[in-house]
Amino acid sequence: MKTIAQLSGVGVAHADGTRALDGIDLHIGSVERVAIIGPSGAGKTTLLRLLATALKPDRGQLQLLDKNPWQLSSGARQQLRARIGLIHQAPPLPPRQRVVTAVSAGRLGQWRLGKSLLNLVYPLDSVGVRAALARLDLGDKLFARCDQLSGGQLQRVGIARVLYQSPELILADEPVASMDPVLAGHTLQVLCEEAQTRGIALIASLHAVDLALRHFQRIIGLRDGRIAFDRRADTVTPDELAALYANEQLLEQAQPAPNATATVVRIPLC
Amino acid sequence: MNSTTTTGVAVRDPAALPRLLLTLLALALLWPGLHFSELNIGVLFDRDSTRAMATLLADFFPFAHDVEFLALLWKSTLETLAIAVAGMTLALLLAAPASLLATRALSLSALPRDGRPSPLSQSLRWPARAVLIVLRSVPEIVWALLFVRAVGLGASAGVLAIAVTYAGMLGKVYAEIFESVDAQPARALLAGGSSRLAAFFYGVLPSAAGELVSYTVYRWECAVRASVVMGFVGAGGLGQQMDLSLRMFAGDEVASMLLVFLLLVLLADQLSRFLRRVFV
Repeated sequence: MKTIAQLSGVGVAHADGTRALDGIDLHIGSVERVAIIGPSGAGKTTLLRLLATALKPDRGQLQLLDKNPWQLSSGARQQLRARIGLIHQAPPLPPRQRVVTAVSAGRLGQWRLGKSLLNLVYPLDSVGVRAALARLDLGDKLFARCDQLSGGQLQRVGIARVLYQSPELILADEPVASMDPVLAGHTLQVLCEEAQTRGIALIASLHAVDLALRHFQRIIGLRDGRIAFDRRADTVTPDELAALYANEQLLEQAQPAPNATATVVRIPLC
Repeated sequence: MNSTTTTGVAVRDPAALPRLLLTLLALALLWPGLHFSELNIGVLFDRDSTRAMATLLADFFPFAHDVEFLALLWKSTLETLAIAVAGMTLALLLAAPASLLATRALSLSALPRDGRPSPLSQSLRWPARAVLIVLRSVPEIVWALLFVRAVGLGASAGVLAIAVTYAGMLGKVYAEIFESVDAQPARALLAGGSSRLAAFFYGVLPSAAGELVSYTVYRWECAVRASVVMGFVGAGGLGQQMDLSLRMFAGDEVASMLLVFLLLVLLADQLSRFLRRVFV
């Protein structure tokens, strides 16, 4: 199995100096489908941005696709970035842009500037873009404007952009946060299929634990910027999940109810 | 801190004191401004001033409308419009690349640094900013006087003066418009391996287009006015004509020309509205 990402002792600090991530050791191979779960503020987004080279670690070693991104020249780093696709929690799409343009922007890292500009005037690959959209049930929105779409539709446009980019590593930050349960399941299915058929790695952060357990082989529990557990999905125990999401402050305020831990486990249901 | 909120004591807004101090500072700065500019509104209502203004205004009516004058007016109006359009076009050619060089919105080094570019890349942006500052810090009328010396009396001096000054203004404001729109789309594209120019066209331009258009049309309107002012120093167009009319105390001709200005500004305003409807 090829190594996609290798992290050893990686740490990142917030702007105010507190540790967002600390002592992260991680090895991710190709064809792996990994879900990152954990309470809000645990560092899930930070870890994904680190893997997307949108953040620079201030400690430890980071290898992505057999390269250390922060020792590359700026141009080589852009080439590496073109091979990694990040699905954002809030899709970063200009409201006035058409869907066809927004999706085809996934390949800007591979296209020459002339082609990119020409595509802005006349979509050069509307067939390919429509195929990516159709997998997410959005084929009819090809020429709609982004501000005409709902939150869940926009999120799928963001996913279609990464499918169209066809990267060697797909990172997804809460990719189904604004979708209903059925659509969320279907969308994760599409992402997993993509990873499987193309033999690439998929790393997604999710707040719905049941979706993570259902669709992913490997679960990484993140808490307070550290890895709490990292194991196969079928070996994760309810106790581990309860400990991962236990919220001391909320429990104190709510006055310890006898079934407090049981309610905490159910929070992450979608 | 936490205990004060739970015991019901009013929470003090930490921004209140700085805001109060800033207000006082602004007032303290405003007073010397009034003092040193020697603004005295009373002079305006002085007996002599009102009479002088009244005679000039009385001459305004009826507007000059003989055929010969109208033909002259038409020609000068076209010349003024031509000066403004040619000047703006040249200014855009300079301002577009300069604003891309000067803006922080397309910084690659800012990506892993929460949107703050590294000091090195920021210092590389300085030459572009410095050029824009030099271009716009010299008033267009001074540039016009310089160019009248260089290329002689006529429209080309006005065109060059507008091109130079407005390149400075447009470049600065464009760069700031790029920075003020939502940065996430461009950053996401840069983080996906896109080149900076492609990220600009796909990530910044769609959100910035409306502001860019409306500012550009407004500047074109200013260029029409500026070309009139520069006409007074011999740079052609309506201004030169108005200078002549004023010297001959032909109030009716001045009035007709002012009416044309009004129409030109109205035209610019309508154009701006129309373009904003298309782009915003």
